[in-house]
Amino acid sequence: MPAPGEPALVVDGLVSGYGGGDVLHEVSMTVPEGGITCVVGPNGAGKSTLLATISGLLRPRRGSIAFRGESLVGKSPRQILDAGLVHVPQNHSLFRDMTVRENIELGGYTVRDRALIARRLADIEQAFPQVTSWSRKKAGALSGGEQRLVEFARCMMLDPALVILDEPSMGLSPKVLRSVFDAVRMMSARGKTILLVEQNARAGLRLSTHGVVMENGRVRLAGTGEQVLGHPEIGALYLGGSPAT
Amino acid sequence: MTALLRAEGVTKAFGGVQALQDCTVEVEQGTIAGLIGPNGSGKTTLFNIMTGYERVDAGDVYLGHKKITNQRPQRVFALGIGRTFQLTRIFPRLTVLENMLIATQHGSGRARNPLARAGGRAERRRALGMLEFTGIADHAGALADTLSYGQRKLLELSYVLVADPAIVLLDEPAGGVNPSLIQHLAGRIRELNAAGTTFLIVEHNMDFVMGLCGHVTVLDYGTVVAAGPPGIIRSDPKVLDAYLGVAEEDDDAGAR
Repeated sequence: MPAPGEPALVVDGLVSGYGGGDVLHEVSMTVPEGGITCVVGPNGAGKSTLLATISGLLRPRRGSIAFRGESLVGKSPRQILDAGLVHVPQNHSLFRDMTVRENIELGGYTVRDRALIARRLADIEQAFPQVTSWSRKKAGALSGGEQRLVEFARCMMLDPALVILDEPSMGLSPKVLRSVFDAVRMMSARGKTILLVEQNARAGLRLSTHGVVMENGRVRLAGTGEQVLGHPEIGALYLGGSPAT
Repeated sequence: MTALLRAEGVTKAFGGVQALQDCTVEVEQGTIAGLIGPNGSGKTTLFNIMTGYERVDAGDVYLGHKKITNQRPQRVFALGIGRTFQLTRIFPRLTVLENMLIATQHGSGRARNPLARAGGRAERRRALGMLEFTGIADHAGALADTLSYGQRKLLELSYVLVADPAIVLLDEPAGGVNPSLIQHLAGRIRELNAAGTTFLIVEHNMDFVMGLCGHVTVLDYGTVVAAGPPGIIRSDPKVLDAYLGVAEEDDDAGAR
């Protein structure tokens, strides 16, 4: 396992896409161990495609992806889960008619060891007391922000090394956004390395130790969250007219 | 001067989600106007209201002096507002020309079986002429579902243009289209505009919008946060706030 701050996930020269076209054009980036890395960029930049390729939902056409020194290219999504990467997708992914507790238990579907399941459920109860208080509610009855927290709790059933979050702030009011981001910080404090994609670039970068700006399938800027947030080019990458585009 | 198309104080909610809140957007006759904003800011909802696909909760839509609020889509189309969709709506199992011949039937009174005689000679000529103009005439005999994504968008545009609308609303015309086709599309829009067609364009490709439009309106959370020429819009901090978002710590400072 790399020391904190050393690269945990290394993406190099990644080319990926759907059907006839490439969405990612030689994307290279790293996610440091123990950090929170935020990928931002305008619509169509390739952010979700990057996440889908990392978690094995999409096969890369060229380039490499390695996690803690082990190549992920060619592995199935299930094998990538086993390697410790868990992807929380963008769209509401809970089973609405099942209870919160049942949804969380399903997060451990691939775990066979009952004692381990019990231990992880206990950890989750401690880490997400709010979620525990909703145990018997139907997931569909929760608000958008509450559902996000249940999704986070569910992903902890696999005790992931790397948590991948696709637009956790989507559709949330600033107040709810704060509680969701607090949960991201909490997972980070519990030792999870975090990679997230955010449409709310300012909030996402402020939350994060590292930032990456993508535009049109390429990495345009990378640095600490603060460096990227304060970079004079970032506005031009969103609104066009930049000499870099 | 009266705007050719004007949405005035339009408000629309879907369940608990306020999609548009007191939104006023104007398009002057003879211009190419842009409508931008981050995902979920209400752009397509406004298009749907302007073209009769959604009803307003409050507010009105005018075409010139005529109030067209909550008119049905066919009526709005007949009045001269054409539109394309983010995901193209064509008949995939008909040929490109057959798709066009269906379009040429509009406004010709009685509905006929458009395929029985595949249109009259004049209709065919008109349809082919439009395909020549948009650059897909070589594919006239091909099934529409063999077209590339960008070519489908050109077909949909051709289809709308056949009705000779006064104003055309384009919903993400450049989305998913390759760069050379985007250039081609921009050229066609400019040419049509020079011949008198007014445009309102929703698009995320900023270089496309800013290069084409003389006036751009910016929506965020269903309200207009800025409107003006591209040069002004690009440097407006409110527009940057809309796109980059407001950090959570800032919300007490009265951001939203």
